Amino acid sequence: MYDVFFYIFAAITILSAFFVVTTKNVIYAVYSLLLTFFGIAGIYVLLGADFIAIVQIIVYVGGILILMIFGVMLTNKITSVEIKTQTLFVIPTAIGVGIFAGVLIARMITANWRTMPLNIDYSTTVYSIGASLLSDYSVLFILLGILLLITLIGAASIARKED
Amino acid sequence: MSIGLNHFLIVSGILFSLGIFAIVTRKNAIMVLMGIEFILNASNINFIAFSKFGNFGVQGEVIALFVIVLAACEAAIALAIVLNIYKQFTTVNVDEINNLKN
Repeated sequence: MYDVFFYIFAAITILSAFFVVTTKNVIYAVYSLLLTFFGIAGIYVLLGADFIAIVQIIVYVGGILILMIFGVMLTNKITSVEIKTQTLFVIPTAIGVGIFAGVLIARMITANWRTMPLNIDYSTTVYSIGASLLSDYSVLFILLGILLLITLIGAASIARKED
Repeated sequence: MSIGLNHFLIVSGILFSLGIFAIVTRKNAIMVLMGIEFILNASNINFIAFSKFGNFGVQGEVIALFVIVLAACEAAIALAIVLNIYKQFTTVNVDEINNLKN
């Protein structure tokens, strides 16, 4: 059962990601990206990372994807339904990326990882993540808060209308 | 064959390669951003998979959370920059943007 779900989510992720990088229509690509993020969230659930899966759906689907749709809509003169993107260097890049992916995956598979068998207790990880954020990673947590504030101010000041 | 670490690594490796492909071949700046999101997600899958299979507790998940926050920041800033570029050049094709001051 676990295997079946893994293959379903992996297929959703890979196929929709492939569609994103091959389609010419930007709107189709954005909506296909939605499926990719859902597939990745499913993979997180299979790994027992429930909180990250929820955060993935909230932040990516609810935030970044909407932001990207706004970006597409604001940066094209919409005269028809079709918003196309052009491509360049497709064949050489496909060959190069294919070789890169082959080497990367072969190296990762043949590497001698010292793994343990996966035992997922299907209880929530929220408590331990919260304890970890406020103890071991508290400095990083504060820095990320400052970073988000800077991003808020910076994005608003970059995108504002000039007087 | 049961699912092991390699399966997750293969998925993230393919996703990483597709991200590089999108970054290099797409002309639209927003499609380039999608490629960057793919790469960040591939790294997240790796973090969580190694954390689970190496028995590191929730450390990988905490780092994945930080990566998601950074991805959100990066998308916001990058889209603000893209909007400004569109205002300056009336295009978002990255190969036509070739001067700093219009």
